[in-house]
Amino acid sequence: MSILVYTENWAGKFKKLTYEIVSFAAAIAKEMGSSVTALSIGHVADDELKTLGKYGANKVLNVKDDRFESLDNKALADAVTKAAEKEGSNVIIFAHNNEGKAIAPRVSVKLNAGMVSGVTGLPVSVDPFVVRKKVFTGKAFANIQIKTDIRVITFAQNSFEVVENPTEAAIEVFDPQIGDEEFNTVIKDTHLITGKVLLTDAEIVVSGGRGMKGPENWGGLEELGDLLGAGMACSRPVSDEGWRPKEEHVGQTGKIIAPNVYMAFGISGAIQHLGGVSSSKYIVAINKDPEAPIFEAADYGIIGDAFKVIPQLIEAVKEMKANK
Amino acid sequence: MKILVLISNVPDTTTKIRFTGDNKAFDATGVQWIINPWDELALTRAMELKEAGGVEKITVANVGTKITEPTLRKALAVGADDAIRIDAEPLDAYFVATQLAQVAKDYDLILAGIEASDYNGAGVGGMLAEILGINSVSAVSGIDLENGELKIHRDIDGGSQLLSIPTPLIAIVQKGIAIDPRIPAMRGIMMARKKPLNVVPPVDAEARTEFLSYELPAPKAACKMVDEDNAKELIRLLREEAKVL
Ligand SMILES: Cc1cc2nc3c(=O)[nH]c(=O)nc-3n(C[C@H](O)[C@H](O)[C@H](O)COP(=O)(O)OP(=O)(O)OC[C@H]3O[C@@H](n4cnc5c(N)ncnc54)[C@H](O)[C@@H]3O)c2cc1C
Repeated sequence: MSILVYTENWAGKFKKLTYEIVSFAAAIAKEMGSSVTALSIGHVADDELKTLGKYGANKVLNVKDDRFESLDNKALADAVTKAAEKEGSNVIIFAHNNEGKAIAPRVSVKLNAGMVSGVTGLPVSVDPFVVRKKVFTGKAFANIQIKTDIRVITFAQNSFEVVENPTEAAIEVFDPQIGDEEFNTVIKDTHLITGKVLLTDAEIVVSGGRGMKGPENWGGLEELGDLLGAGMACSRPVSDEGWRPKEEHVGQTGKIIAPNVYMAFGISGAIQHLGGVSSSKYIVAINKDPEAPIFEAADYGIIGDAFKVIPQLIEAVKEMKANK
Repeated sequence: MKILVLISNVPDTTTKIRFTGDNKAFDATGVQWIINPWDELALTRAMELKEAGGVEKITVANVGTKITEPTLRKALAVGADDAIRIDAEPLDAYFVATQLAQVAKDYDLILAGIEASDYNGAGVGGMLAEILGINSVSAVSGIDLENGELKIHRDIDGGSQLLSIPTPLIAIVQKGIAIDPRIPAMRGIMMARKKPLNVVPPVDAEARTEFLSYELPAPKAACKMVDEDNAKELIRLLREEAKVL
C-alpha cells in the first residue's frame, strides 16, 4: 500500500508546492503505516527527482513521454490511475490548482474513490478518513469523511509546514502505456510571460492597487520584488485599467495565491480581493487610510504613504542582503 | 451545436454563513439563492456564442430540490432555451455528476464552472466527463466557435494556450470566460415563464463523502503596526519574528 503524490514541475524543477505535498504525504503515511510514491510526468533530471527523497518520497515513478505535454486531461487521468493501481495506492494527492483540479475528479471516478478538494492540513483522523477544508469561499471550515477505501484529495497550498524526512528515493522509469487515441487535445499556440517568478508558486508576493496611482509608479515595487525574488500581483482595477498585465490580477475573479508573505501596497482589501489572498501565511498592508479593511486581514501594517514607505523597504532589504 | 450549462444553486456570496445549533448543517434560513457565479459566466458565454450563430440550443441543468427552481427560471430568463431539474438533494460531487450523466449525453459542449461558491468542490465537471467517457479541459478562460470548430483558451502556469479538442467535450471554465454576467431583461423574465423546466427523477446513486460538521474560523489576531517613518522595522519583523524573509 502507498500514498501516491502527483508532482508538478516548472521548467524541470519541482514546484515548492510539490515538496509541501510530499512532506504532507509522508506525515499521513506515518499515521497509516504506509509509504510515499511520487509520480513525475515530464522532463525532470534524476538529480532533481532524488530531491523528493529529502521530503519523504520512498519511490519516484518517472514518466518520460512527450505526449503528456498537451496536458490532455483524459490521458493524464489514465496515467495517474495506472500508477495508483500499480502501487496499490489508497490515498492519491494532487495540488489544489489548475492541474490538480483538472485531473483529480477524473481519477476519483476511475478508482471508485471519494474525493475532497482543497484539504487544509493533516486528516482529522485516518480511520475513518476525515479531512478538513474551507467552505463558503473561506468563511467556514467543514470536516468531511471519505467513505470509500481509496481516497482522492487535492491539497490547499500553504496548509502544511514543509518538513524534511530524508529518505533514499528509488527512481523507477514507468510507462503507463496510454494509446495515441487517448490524446485528443492539440495545442495550437502557447503564450508565456517569461523570465518572471511564477506567481502561483512564489513564496513572496509584492502587489499594488489603485493607491499606486498609475503604471509609471511601479518601478519601486518592481525593484523591491526583484530584490526579494518575489512574484508580482495587483488588484482587479489595476489590471482592468491596463496598468499591469491581467496575469497579475489576484482575487475572487483572478488568481488565487497562498505565498508565505503577501505585501499589499495601496490596496483597500475588498472582500473579492481578499478571496484570492487570504490563505497567505502573512499579509502585510501599506495603506494611508487607517480604516481600510485590508488591516483587518493583515498581520503587519503601516498606515502611511506607499511612496514614502517603498524606498525605505528597498533600503532595508539591501542592508539585510548585505549582512547575510 | 447543442450546449448544456451546469447550474449550481448557491447562497448569495454576501450571505453571512451560519450553521445549525449542533454545527452539523448549513442554516439556510433567510438565504437568498443565486446562480453560482462561475456558472452564470458560463451561461453568459454560451449566450454570446449562440448570438454569433452556430449554436442551436442551450439547456441548463441542476440537481436540486424544488427550492432551486427560481434559480433555474433566472437562467431561462438570461436566455437558456430549456431547463432540467433532477429532483434530489445534491449530496456530494460524485452523486451530482452521476445524476447529471443521465441527461448530459446528447450535447456537444458541456460547460461547468470551476467550483461552486458554497462547498468549493471543483469536482463535478471532471467527474461527469469521466462518467460519460469524454474529454474535459479545465482552467478554460475563453471559448470561440469558428466554422463549427471550438477554439479553447486555457490558463497554464505562467501563461495561456489556445487548444483544439474534438467534441463532445466538457469545458470547466474560470475567470476570463465572460466579462460580466448577463442580467435578465424584463422581456426575458416574461418569456422564461413559458419555457420548459423539466423535472427528472434521480437515479440510484450513493454519495462517497459525508459532511460531518462545520466550524467558523477563529478570530484573527490584531494587525501589528509599524510607523510610517520607521518602515525598515517591517523588514526586521518579517525576518526575525515571522521568519519569512
Ligand atoms: C463580482 C466582483 C468580483 C471582483 N473580483 C475582484 C478580484 O478578483 N480582485 C480584486 O482585486 N478586486 C475584485 N473586485 C473589485 C473589488 O471589489 C475592489 O473594487 C478592488 O479590489 C479595489 O481595488 P484597490 O484596492 O486596488 O482599489 P481601491 O479600493 O480604490 O483602494 C485603493 C487604496 O489605496 C489606498 N491609497 C491611496 N493612495 C495611497 C498611497 N499613496 N499610499 C498608500 N495607500 C494609498 C487607499 O486608501 C485605498 O484603500 C471584484 C468586484 C466584484 C463586484
